[in-house]
Amino acid sequence: MHELSIAMSIVDLAQEESRSRGGLRINAVHLRLGALSGVVRDALLSSYEMACHDTPLAGSQLIIEDVPGMVYCPACAASRPVRTSEWFCCSVCGAVASRIVQGKELELVSLEVEE
Amino acid sequence: MSPGTRILEVRQNVLKKNDLLARALRQRFRDAGVFVASMVSSPGSGKTTLLEKTLTLLRPEFRVAALVGDLATENDSLRLARSGAPVRQITTGTLCHLEAAMVETALEGWNLAGLDFLFIENVGNLVCPSSYDLGEDIRLVLMSVTEGEDKPLKYPTIFNSADVAVITKMDLAAAAEFDLAAACRNVEAVRPGMQVVKVSAKTGEGMDAWLDLFKSRRAAMKRA
Repeated sequence: MHELSIAMSIVDLAQEESRSRGGLRINAVHLRLGALSGVVRDALLSSYEMACHDTPLAGSQLIIEDVPGMVYCPACAASRPVRTSEWFCCSVCGAVASRIVQGKELELVSLEVEE
Repeated sequence: MSPGTRILEVRQNVLKKNDLLARALRQRFRDAGVFVASMVSSPGSGKTTLLEKTLTLLRPEFRVAALVGDLATENDSLRLARSGAPVRQITTGTLCHLEAAMVETALEGWNLAGLDFLFIENVGNLVCPSSYDLGEDIRLVLMSVTEGEDKPLKYPTIFNSADVAVITKMDLAAAAEFDLAAACRNVEAVRPGMQVVKVSAKTGEGMDAWLDLFKSRRAAMKRA
């Protein structure tokens, strides 16, 4: 389980961003989390609370936007959703499709700060 | 959003620090002309045995070194040091994976230009190491014949983030009733086109092809 390390990186990054803009109080952190990122949503949410403990982010909320996995299908020449991470194939034509075009996101999108 | 708050755009990768450091390490390795391979697997898949053999076999011809990550103990570095190659242990404490910063710290004082190959053995774990780039040129994911053919399906993220799949302990394949074709199908499912190497560090089966993998990749890196 590496969600705690990830959560600590989120807290560090959020603190840095807030400091560089005058030390604003952060109420919420918005994150985009890819289905193929290898990070588990629920474990990340509980780790986040721990990571915030004794930091200026204590009591803040982590708001996660799930990003579905997409692969590029060379046969269709199009991006297709991945139904399961156990089988990288095109959901339309069934061809093998291994190039991930979306779903590895672990992106801090924005911070909700007090005016 | 509650009143009195506003949104600050950030749009940054959470692992930006690790990624930047890994990129810098990769450049350092490239400048020094050292080819870097990392190994990931579950605990007990035979990483250390295979690495000890690899270091021993490469050593007459090449300058090799290894970093080895574990939560605790220096047992693995002591085992690897028997090969005669310089080895450093990274003990992570409670952390379940290596990060680029740990690799950078462990390299302090080493003359990278004096090396041809550097191996990085990650902490035994098939989940967490997938998110952390270490600056390696090639990432090898190992599975042993005793673990079952469906390892790739159970841990697709790490197989998808690796470059080559290595099936270890091939000498035990018959005893474990290991279905090689099924294992290869499963690798193909999560990472179509992935190269699969089969080895037994104990009997030496497949070791020539295994060593050639490094020699040829390093030669290609040198030409690039």
